[in-house]
Amino acid sequence: MEALFFNADDGYIEAIVRGYRSSILNNTSYINLTQCETLEDVKLQLAASDYGTLLQNESHLSTSMLAQKCLDKLVQEFEYIRAHAVAPLSQFLDYMTYAYMIDNVILLITGTLHERDTHELLDRCHPLGVFDSMPALCVATNVAELYNSVLVETPLAPYFKDCLSAEDLDEMNIEIIRNTLYKAYLEDFYYFSQSFGGPTAEIMSELLQFEADRRSLNITINSFGTELTKDDRAKLFPSIGRLYPEGNLKLAKSDDIDQVKATCDVFLEYRQFFDGSSSTGASKTLEDRFFEYEVHLNKKSFQQQFHYALFYSFLKLKEQEIRNIVWISECISQGQKERINNYIPIF
Amino acid sequence: MGAYSTRDSSYGGTSPMALYSYLTLTGLGLVGLYMLLTGSGEQFNVGEFIMSISPHQWSLMGIALCVGLSVAGAAWGIFITGASLVGAGVHAPRIVTKNLISIIFCEVVAIYGLIMAIVFSAKLKDVQDATITSSEMYYKGFALFWAGLTTGLCNLVCGVSVGITGSSAALADAQDGQLFVKVLVIEIFGSIVGLFGLIVGLLVSGKVA
Repeated sequence: MEALFFNADDGYIEAIVRGYRSSILNNTSYINLTQCETLEDVKLQLAASDYGTLLQNESHLSTSMLAQKCLDKLVQEFEYIRAHAVAPLSQFLDYMTYAYMIDNVILLITGTLHERDTHELLDRCHPLGVFDSMPALCVATNVAELYNSVLVETPLAPYFKDCLSAEDLDEMNIEIIRNTLYKAYLEDFYYFSQSFGGPTAEIMSELLQFEADRRSLNITINSFGTELTKDDRAKLFPSIGRLYPEGNLKLAKSDDIDQVKATCDVFLEYRQFFDGSSSTGASKTLEDRFFEYEVHLNKKSFQQQFHYALFYSFLKLKEQEIRNIVWISECISQGQKERINNYIPIF
Repeated sequence: MGAYSTRDSSYGGTSPMALYSYLTLTGLGLVGLYMLLTGSGEQFNVGEFIMSISPHQWSLMGIALCVGLSVAGAAWGIFITGASLVGAGVHAPRIVTKNLISIIFCEVVAIYGLIMAIVFSAKLKDVQDATITSSEMYYKGFALFWAGLTTGLCNLVCGVSVGITGSSAALADAQDGQLFVKVLVIEIFGSIVGLFGLIVGLLVSGKVA
């Protein structure tokens, strides 16, 4: 049924995004990129792609500059999409930016804790997650103050309701705040995307469930050997995803990586994450496997038409592409040619 | 799956559509019961109501529905295809001219409806008051009405179907030029569906003098 009315509001912008998708670097471009000897070669290779005009006037090349330029392009494309979106889609796109807002908030709080320069911090914030009252975040000293002075006006306010109990802003609490926020955000986004029904709900449920499971797994693995108690750990797991509720309970009780592996063993798709990662440790890290599976899921969402999940997938694929370019150029500039093939191919 | 049932209802709730339909049903039920219980149930007579409408009215309604629904189907298809086509054309300008054929396929659906409306209206003619209630005139009225409705509805769904396929064709062509012909074949089969309605409409109205 969505085919009947989808195009009235979102047909044009969907087709635009599919156009953007076709400019994502394919396998041949990656092979060419990995052959490069210097960053100047990388620039020449990228000039043949959609990035072409972007790097034309840059004489002094560096990896961070390359990453910045690529990110600028992504932001520019996202803003074009956002500007053309109408009612439910615009809200959907806004939801996508909340993740970056959370990252920015955490970045600023952490930076303030370590007494970094505010301007330097603001420069490092992700441009998609920028909001007006951001500079004011640097003056807050505890969570209540943070919430009352700044965040109450942002869309993140409802997600903070579970964090207000934390008193001091120290390293540990910030990490807990980040994960609690993310949990609330993922759940909210999940229920929001489910309210659309049809293919949007179907595909977004798969994508967000994986995202939630990935966070649960990461939290578990990273909390080994820290002072985070098992009860506190359980509170950080999102209550969506395929691991919920039974897998999350097992994760909450895990003491080492083998128990995590046993939990994931019952899920066919998740089993591969731990296959051989201990025996041939050098080949691929767990993080890489997660990214690989994420790319696989995001690619799949382009195989259906008339849904919103492809806007989400496009952003994720493009981010992966930037990570790939950065990885390749980093390998080139540091002369680590043997590890250059560890990028994650997209198309 | 299955874990998200907890908060589903918070976004839905009772929609105004459901409320309206409940109200309408209750209202109709009350009126019906009132008529039945006060002994005037006979007034609710569908057959008499249909026969009390002039055959001319039936024929003209058929023609209006025929051309109206066909044009609605064609317009619907064109906007579905068109929206995707202009968007996809931004990144791959080469597809635009080629994919105008999808627009034409949608347009053809409106032309079917137009042709049928012309055929039907050729059968109209003015008759004197005495003969208008003859069985021949009623046959003519009903035949033209249902022929028009058949053609109109067939063309409506045909236009939508061609429009959706056309939009997919444009997007597929933008990604990979080889796919255009393949999707176009599917689109042609979709557009044939409209012809079925046209044929049945012609057969039904053919016996009208």
